[in-house]
Parts: sequence; C-alpha cells; structure tokens
Amino acid sequence: MYRARGLHRTNGGNEALILLWAFVVGGLICVIGQFLMDVFKMTPANTVSLMVIAGAVLGGLNLYQPLVRFAGAGATVPITSFGNALVQGAIAEGQTHGLVGVITGIFELTSAGISAAIVFAFLAAVFFRPKG
Amino acid sequence: MANQKLKKLTPVQQQYQKFAQAHEPARPLLRNLTMAFLVGGTICFIGQLIQMAFIRYFGFNERTAGNPTVAILICITAILTGLGVFDKIARIAGAGTAIPVTGFANSMVSAALDARSEGLVLGVASSMFKLAGSVVVSGVVAAFFIGLIRTLVAMGG
Repeated sequence: MYRARGLHRTNGGNEALILLWAFVVGGLICVIGQFLMDVFKMTPANTVSLMVIAGAVLGGLNLYQPLVRFAGAGATVPITSFGNALVQGAIAEGQTHGLVGVITGIFELTSAGISAAIVFAFLAAVFFRPKG
Repeated sequence: MANQKLKKLTPVQQQYQKFAQAHEPARPLLRNLTMAFLVGGTICFIGQLIQMAFIRYFGFNERTAGNPTVAILICITAILTGLGVFDKIARIAGAGTAIPVTGFANSMVSAALDARSEGLVLGVASSMFKLAGSVVVSGVVAAFFIGLIRTLVAMGG
C-alpha cells in the first residue's frame, strides 16, 4: 500500500514545497527537543531517548508515515525517524513470521544508519586526532 | 527529587545552593528555540536536497532514498566532528544539531575519538556506543513492545 503511494511525488510533485516543509517540520521537531532541554531541564541523552520513543509510539499508531510523506527529510532526518523505523521493521516481520518476527525485524530498516555510524565513527577515530 | 537532594546537604550547602540558583544566568529560551529551529530546519533541508539527488540521479524512489541520505549526513558529521567544526555549530544550535541524525553520529564519533588513546579495540570499539547506546536501547525496547502489541492485535483480529 505504502510502496504504491510512495512512487508518486509527494506533495503533488512540487519540489520547492517539500523543501519548505522539510525545513519547517524538521525545525519544529528540533524546537520540541530544545524545549524539553531548556524548560524541563532534561539532559540531551534523555531528550534524544524520549524523542526516539515518541517516534516509535507515533509509528505504532500509524501516524509517522503520513508525516514522512508530507515533510520528506523533515521527518526522516530527525532521530524520531529512528524509533519509527525500528517499529515499522518489527511490525512488517511480525506480520510474516509472527512473534519471532518482532525480534528479527527490529533492525531491518535501520541498518543503514547504524552501519554508517559505526563505520564512519571508526574511520574518524583512525584518521583524526581529538580536538581540544 | 530536588528537595530530597537538598535535605541531605548541610545548612551552609543549602544556603549556597539557593545563592547559586538565584545567580544562575537565565537560559535565553527564545534565542535557543530560534537557533534550534533554524539549524535543525537547515539540516533537514539539506537532507531533502540529498534525497532528491538520490531519486533523480541514482534511481532511488521516495521510500528507499531515506537510508542513503541518512548515511551521507552521518559521513558529513563524522568529518566535521573530526575537524572540530561540529562542536562549534552544536554549541550555538543545541537541539538543532542534537535531534537530527547528526547528533546520533556526533555522539558516536566523539566517543570514538576520545577513546583513541586507549587503543582500537578496548578504546574505540568498546566506547563507541557509550553515549549513543542509550538511544539504541530505548528505541529497541520501545519498538519491541509496540511491535509485540501490534502483532498480537493483528493475530487476534
């Protein structure tokens, strides 16, 4: 269902519009994070963890995918997307393999982010020296 | 919780806590929120441009272009962190760089860089997830329970 719709250009094919929404929605998600840090005095680690869980909950309620279609990278670049992708992977495998699939499917869609982060962090540690 | 902590302190320490609190500079909330919006929005804007390039020139579709986009952003973050530029931007941007995937990448790269002197295996490899691990664990645990509920509901219905 999603695949079929995903082939169509989001937001009626207007690329300038989706760039604008990526900026606005991505910016607003960061504002929520900054608000949690400044007003509720949460540490960055707690804030980011909470955002990931929020993304997972929204994904479980089928509310995150519409945001991705609407705002593109504005929804896929913030860390909330990581929570959503974990849940989508778990649900998709759960549908085909039952309860075992929930475990085997969790990292199905997030492999790119985790692998890239591990590889590039390792390479950075090899080639750079810590600053300050 | 703050009150519980205060009770354990001596009266002089309590006095000092009150004194310090009164003189703590107020966090410039509006400025922080604005910077978070502008920088976070710009990172997502750049992400959208990269995504469009992957769709147009490398034959990805809108569903699959998200993954390579995230990988490119992580690579850029790793280089900027290594050069010491990222931390300067992060100091101004706050959540604007911490909430996008750049924050996740930065926490891994800086943890890896800091542990370089302890060796590649015991230092870099074992310390890499020191900060980012909390995000992975909370995300996976949440995803497990949500996936479990959704799967059980689908089986029951």
